[in-house]
This record gives sequence, C-alpha cells and structure tokens, in this order.
Amino acid sequence: MKPFEMTAWEARKALRSGEVGAQELVRSVLERIEEVEEEVRAYVTLTPEEALRAAEKADERLRRGEDPGGAGGIPMAVKDVLCTRGVRTTCSSRMLQDFVPVYDATVITRLRGEGLTMVGKANMDEFAMGSSTENSFFQVTRNPWDLARVPGGSSGGSAAAVAAGEALWALGSDTGGSIRQPASFCGLVGLKPTYGLVSRYGLVAFASSLDQVGPITRDVRDCALLLSLIAGHDPRDSTSLQADLPDYLSALDRGVEGMRLGVPVELIGEGLDPGVRERVEEAFRLLEGLGAEVEETSLPSLAHALSAYYIIAPAEASSNLARFDGVRYGFRAEGAGDVLEMYGRTRAAGFGPEVKRRIMLGTYALSAGYYEAYYGQAQKVRTLIIEDFRRAFSRYDLLLSPTSPTTAFRVGEKVEDPLSMYLSDVCTIPVNLAGIPALSLPCGLDGGLPVGLQMMAAPLQEERLLRAAHAFEQALGRRFIAPLNGGGGGS
Amino acid sequence: MGWETVIGLEIHVELKTASKMFCGCDASFGGEPNTRTCPVCLGLPGVLPVLNGRAVELAARFALALGCSIAPRSVFHRKNYFYPDMPKNFQISQYDLPLATGGYLDVDMGGYVRRVGITRVHLEEDTGKSVHVGESGRIHGADYSLEDFNRAGVPLMEVVTEPDLRSPEEARLFLQELKAVLETLEVSDCRMEEGSLRCDANISLRPEGSSGFGVKTEVKNMNSFRSLQRALAYEEERQRQLLEQGGEVVQETRHWNEEEGITQSMRTKEYAYDYRYFPEPDLVPLELEEAYIEALRKSLPEMPAGRRERFRREYGLPEQDIAVLTSSRAMADYFERGVRTGADPKAMSNWMMGELSAHLNASGLDITEVKVTPEMLAEMISLIASGTISGKIAKSVFEEMLSTGSDARSVVERRGLTQISDEGELREVVARVVEANPRSVEDFRSGKEKALGFLVGQVMKETRGRANPELANRLVREALEERGD
Repeated sequence: MKPFEMTAWEARKALRSGEVGAQELVRSVLERIEEVEEEVRAYVTLTPEEALRAAEKADERLRRGEDPGGAGGIPMAVKDVLCTRGVRTTCSSRMLQDFVPVYDATVITRLRGEGLTMVGKANMDEFAMGSSTENSFFQVTRNPWDLARVPGGSSGGSAAAVAAGEALWALGSDTGGSIRQPASFCGLVGLKPTYGLVSRYGLVAFASSLDQVGPITRDVRDCALLLSLIAGHDPRDSTSLQADLPDYLSALDRGVEGMRLGVPVELIGEGLDPGVRERVEEAFRLLEGLGAEVEETSLPSLAHALSAYYIIAPAEASSNLARFDGVRYGFRAEGAGDVLEMYGRTRAAGFGPEVKRRIMLGTYALSAGYYEAYYGQAQKVRTLIIEDFRRAFSRYDLLLSPTSPTTAFRVGEKVEDPLSMYLSDVCTIPVNLAGIPALSLPCGLDGGLPVGLQMMAAPLQEERLLRAAHAFEQALGRRFIAPLNGGGGGS
Repeated sequence: MGWETVIGLEIHVELKTASKMFCGCDASFGGEPNTRTCPVCLGLPGVLPVLNGRAVELAARFALALGCSIAPRSVFHRKNYFYPDMPKNFQISQYDLPLATGGYLDVDMGGYVRRVGITRVHLEEDTGKSVHVGESGRIHGADYSLEDFNRAGVPLMEVVTEPDLRSPEEARLFLQELKAVLETLEVSDCRMEEGSLRCDANISLRPEGSSGFGVKTEVKNMNSFRSLQRALAYEEERQRQLLEQGGEVVQETRHWNEEEGITQSMRTKEYAYDYRYFPEPDLVPLELEEAYIEALRKSLPEMPAGRRERFRREYGLPEQDIAVLTSSRAMADYFERGVRTGADPKAMSNWMMGELSAHLNASGLDITEVKVTPEMLAEMISLIASGTISGKIAKSVFEEMLSTGSDARSVVERRGLTQISDEGELREVVARVVEANPRSVEDFRSGKEKALGFLVGQVMKETRGRANPELANRLVREALEERGD
C-alpha cells in the first residue's frame, strides 16, 4: 500500500511506529496530487508548503517521542467554506475569489492544536449550494470512480480528494446532505453531526439553522477520530451545545446486536434507482444477520421535508449572503455611478446562477404578505418533522435509508434541471431540518459506482451511529477504492 | 374648530456597557475610525454573534423601573436592508417578541401629571457611521463615502411610547424625565450630542374631542431637547395649516433641518424597505428566569420622581431648590452626601445652587469632576455654623478649595482666616477704632445711625474681615453708648 492510500488511523499508527515519516506521507500525497489533480480538480487552493511545515513539526515531535496530535502529519483537505487565517477562502465563488481571512474557524483552531496538516482548500458548489460541485466559479470536480460523473456536492472537492488519494481525510459541511451525498457518491464515510455539536464559528454560513461541519473519511474509525477532534462546546457559537462527549473510538466495537432499526417508507419509495434499492436492502439483511431487528416504519411528515427545506434554507441564505456587497471585502464591480448600482453590479457579477436563484427564492419567501404562507408554514412542517423523528427514536435505535436515490450522475446531466438536482437530497434533508446526526457509508456498488447507506440517530447519539456503522463495515469486509490510475484518461 | 395634537416617541438609547452587543470590542464613543472592530462587528464571512449579558441586564432594569413586564422568553430577529454602514446588511433586533412591554412613566408637566404609556422596550445593535463626501452630503450624489464601524454593534435599547403626549412641550418634558430615569439607573450616558440618546417622533392632529387618530408623520434627526420641541412645534403648525386649508397630511418620514428650522420630506428610494424580518438563527431565544428578574427588581434605585417627593418631605426645601438639585442623579447624590455628613440642607442647597453651580458653568466641569467633595463642602458649612469663619470669608475659602482641592480647615488655617469671636480681643480693636474716628462718634451721637455701620466696617478692615460681624456690631454699639453715658 502506498502511503496516500492509508486510512488516517493506519497513518497514525505508521507514524508512531516509525514505519513512515510525516513528511514522507505528505510528499506521497503531493505526488499523487501531481498525478491526478488535473483530472479530478478537487482543490481550489493547494497549500503544499503549509502541509510540509506541519509534517516537519510532526516528525520533530515524533523524533522526541512526543505525540504529534490527532491530526499531526495526516494530510487533510478542508472544504473552502471554512475560514483559514492567511489562506484564501473562496466558497468557490467569484465574490470571494481573493478573500484571505484574518481569523481561523474554530474547527481549524482546534485542529491546529492537534497538528493540522492541511494540503489544500477543497472545491465545492458555490456557497455550498448544490449537489454536484458543478456550481463552482472555478472548476467542475470529477468523481474518481468515473471521471465523467460528478462527485456529489456540495462538499464534492473534499470527497473527491479523499477518494482519489489527494488527502487521507477531509472536512466538509452539510446543510441538506452536502457531506453525506458526496461521501455516498465517492464510496466514503461522511457524518453530519447533531446540530450544535461542532462549532459553526468561521464556517461561512449558507443556512445557519441547518449547517454543520463534519468529517469525510475512508472508514468509520477515521470518522470517529476526526469527530472527536472537532466536536465540543464553543463560546463563540451561541447554538453550540454544552454536552459531555463520549469517547467515540472506544464505542466502535460494541456491535449492533439487539438494536432496533427502522426504515421510513417515505425514504424508499418512488424515484429510487433499482440498483440502489437492492444494495440497501442487502444492507438491511446484513444488519439483521448481525443481530439487529429491521422493520419498516412511517414518518409521514418527511413527505414535506424537501418543500420546507427549499423555503427555510434559501430564506436564511438570502440574509446570510447580503453581506457580500462589495463595500468592505471581496469582489466589487467597477463603473457603478452610485451605491445601489454598485450593489447590483457586484452581486450580478459576483454570484453564480444557483446562488442567485436561492437568494431570490428566499427573499420572496420572507417578503411582507408571504412570510406566513411560506416561512411560517415551513417552520410548522419542521416542527412536525422533529416530532416524527422524536416518536420514531422512542421505538428505534436508528433509522436507515439510502443516502441518495441514485449513484453518481453524469456531469451536466442535471445542471439545467434544478428540481431534479434538488431531489438528489430528498433522503438527507429531513435530518438537517430535525437537527439530528446521520452518517453515510458505502454498502456496495451498482454499475461500478458506490451506493451509500444512511443511518440516522436521535440527537447526540453519534456514538450509536458509529458503532452500528463500524459493525456493518466490518461485516461487509471490503474497502471501497476508486479505480483511478494517475496520468492517464482515468477509468 | 380646535385641534388636538397627538405625539408618540421612539427613543434609541445606547447602553453603558464596556463591550459591544455581540462581540468583545470596546463600545465607548469615539476612537480612531475602525480601530474598535473585529471580525464579528465587521460582519466578515463565517462570524457569529454572542449576546452581551450586561446589555440585557441594563435594558431589563430600565423596563422594570418603568413597570413593564419582562418577557420570560424574547426572540432576536434579523431586520434586512442594504446600507453601507451595516456590515451584515441586516440588523439584529427584536420584533414581535420584545424584551419587555406595557409600562408607563408619570411626568410632571408643570402643574399636572401626564401618565405616558410605554408600549415596548427592546434590544438591538447600532450601525456604523457614514461620511458622505460631495456636494449633496447624502449617499445619493456623494463623490465617495467613508465608513467608520466603531459604533457598529454597540448595544441599543429602543423604547416606544404610546401616543399619549399632547404637545411639543410635553414631548420635551417627557424626554427629559426619561433621561433622568436612565441616568439614575446608570443605564446610559444619555449624551444627545454624541448620539447615545436619540429620539424620533410620530405626530398627528385630530379635531378636539375626537378619539380617532389623524394621519401621522414621523419626524427624525432631532439632536437636542430643544430641537425636539422646535421640530414638533413646526410640524404641528404645518399639519394644522394643511388641515385648515382643506388639505391632507401625507403619511411619511420627515427630516428636521436644524439650520432652517423646518421639517422636510425624506421620500426617496433608499427608505422604501420591506425588512423581511425573520428569527435570527444564530442566536437562541433569550430566556430570563423569574429569580433573575426579581433580583433586578429588588436592586432598583429610587426613581427621580420619588426622590423629588422625598426631598420635599425630608428636607423641606422650596420647589426651586428641588428642581435644581434633582436635575441629575449626580447633583442629587452630591446634595445628599453633604447632608448626611451633617450639613444643614438649606445651607447645602444654597451653596450648590450659588457658588458651586457658577463654578460648574464657568469651568464646564461635571459635578462628578469638581475637586470639592460634598463632604468637604459640608465641613466648610460647619465652619460657618460654628462661627469659625464668616459667610463672606467662606466664599473666598470655597474659591480656593475649588481651584486647589484643599479642605476648608487647612485653607482657613494657612491663610489665618479664623473668625475673631473672642470678646476681649475684639473689644481692643473696637476701642482703637472709636479712638481714631471721633467725627463718626459725634455723628452717631447726633443721631446718625449710619455712622455705626462705618465704624463696624473699620473694625472689619482692621481685622481683615475676620471679626465676627454680629459681635463687632454689638461691641461698637456698646462702646458708643458707653461713651455717651
């Protein structure tokens, strides 16, 4: 195995045993980037010097017999929506093309304390709006499993980087499925934590009441490790929870025996690819084989989740993105005669079409006379969804569904059809509305492309998610490695 | 037909907190432009607000003092509109669930008391300041504009009154009383010239005896108590003329132009907003426990109206004195500290209203900044009372105390100003004076009482003013009458 193919956990052990050096590991990843990045295009900004400096520090600490930190020497991709001091943070938007933050996001600060070895800032859908990473001002990221296909989105750059060996693990953000769906499309593990478990300070906001930062990794153990490094209360985030955190790693081996698992029929209905349905149903059988009970259940309100989401998320986004006006930082269009024209020209040229679409949707939904009919109604649906989940978790330890109704689709396939693009997140969106944690992990291939299984849990039950996912992963007993050879035309 | 004026006020008060509403930046007035800023109050991408607990406490104190009920749960909203002095292009404010509702303030309107209802009290953040450079002086038509975000995010409390005020003068008196309450509670500096107390007014006219409301206008940009009254008087007259000529008042916002003494319509595109309020998702609802509210209620100091009443009762002072002494909390505190040290209330009041006020006016100092503490003034008054110094000498002693900060006793001792009340000592001086002025003695004997005054004056001169005036008077008279026998 080449160093860049390791999981973070394997790398961690190899670093500590001296089997591989941190700089050697980083160089292996940088060489892999040289080899495949031209095709994959996972990164907006590469930071090789920073990565090598961090690796040098990790090597030094290891030489002195010290702990290099949980993230020390392990190359990571960071979604370009997280502020990194001194490294430009673009949100894949022309609006922030040259924006260099003066501060670090709290998750970055935490990871720096653990030896963060950041290889680069990963491409995404502009301001995290999209499900394919095609809505980037800079480039379309390709799926390492099939370069003609999308990696999913909006954290597509993070997922593609990990799947292609351009990083060992990554940070993403998830507002309606933006970690889980790309993880699913790229054969990786992705976790959207409980709302408030991970600080949002320094995460450029899309929809504040839905956004969470989370890990994208090659296996469940890495996911548990990265979660333990980024979770915890942050006084800078008023929505951050004050909870005692369990040891996520030590929970992994406890198995699923005796667990009751529910499958909401609303998430396995129409629009589901037959191949996806087959893999997911096989997964249910496998879990039963491990001693869990699996049965169908119903959460009727989930039928309205997508509609509610496309009111609430754009409404918040329309307000969150108002600050990008050309006055203080970021892009400013030239030639305006007065301030209103400057706003208009700047925002017309600085935002892409999907961002504009959502700003308009949200502005409309909040307008006088429409507020109750749209935003007010959507909030009521949201309350019903929370109630439905609460009831379901009084009977089930976890809920199961496919992560996405399809496997990775072709580049360009849905770009002209926003509604079908939005449907790509139909299984993941209810989770954000309810603020509960959910994890996606690969459960097989369909037509050579990974299929993701989604597991959902009650608030703060990440431990249970990781434990069930780990048991499943062990039982399935295979690694999902993208068949990507560097330097050529791909697969 | 007569008209009745109906006025309601909307008051913005900058709260006296050390830091801003949602970040740790210095919230005080001034500073080099943009030096009191951080990622949060500059609205950089990714930042989040954290509520300042002190701001909540100050606003809640104020609301409780006005008899409002504090909401056990209030919610922050985003008020969305684009303006360059707003870093996020939305203002975090409170909307349909404010911090407090339903209080009142009784105001002495000079002969009658008006109870003015308080509709609501809520919290929000201030904006930055724009400087528009160019002919127009406004954002439209400016060559360029500069932004200073030092003020952006400073805690603001908005107070909305019921339309209970009936004249421009009542509006001014109400605002002055509100300012006294704010100062007493130490909630705000209330410096209108620095913008820490700002007032907008809604005004309409209706036929006398009618209970409905006429069409109102909102008047903005009044920067002093005087301009509030002037602007409303102008607007009252403008509306009256319109109505009497059969015209109609247009509901609009009007800008007070201080130089020209008129209000002007501000109808431009920039004010045609739909604020698209929605709950601020980055903050959790503000929930205040009953115990917290009760503790605040118990810690409230005496309100200005109560203090005035007590001054009347406890010190028996004339209305004129009470008005001056309670014009500010600091003034009233100064007075009471003096009295508590033992000064006679009326004497304390006289010195404060006379010499001390003159000094404050001349020096431009605030009463909290003068070198003479109330205890020092009380000591000086006690020196007069005990006959150690005369009232006249005291004025010169007080002057020195004000300029040097020395206490009365050491000034008196150093300058040898102790009053001569010793009868034997003074009798000798009187004898010398009588001896040296035979003509005045003659005059007195021939019935000219004025000569007595001259001779006493000579005694004062001899003693450089230190003679006890009453004693000197008696001794001179005795000496003259003695000789006559």
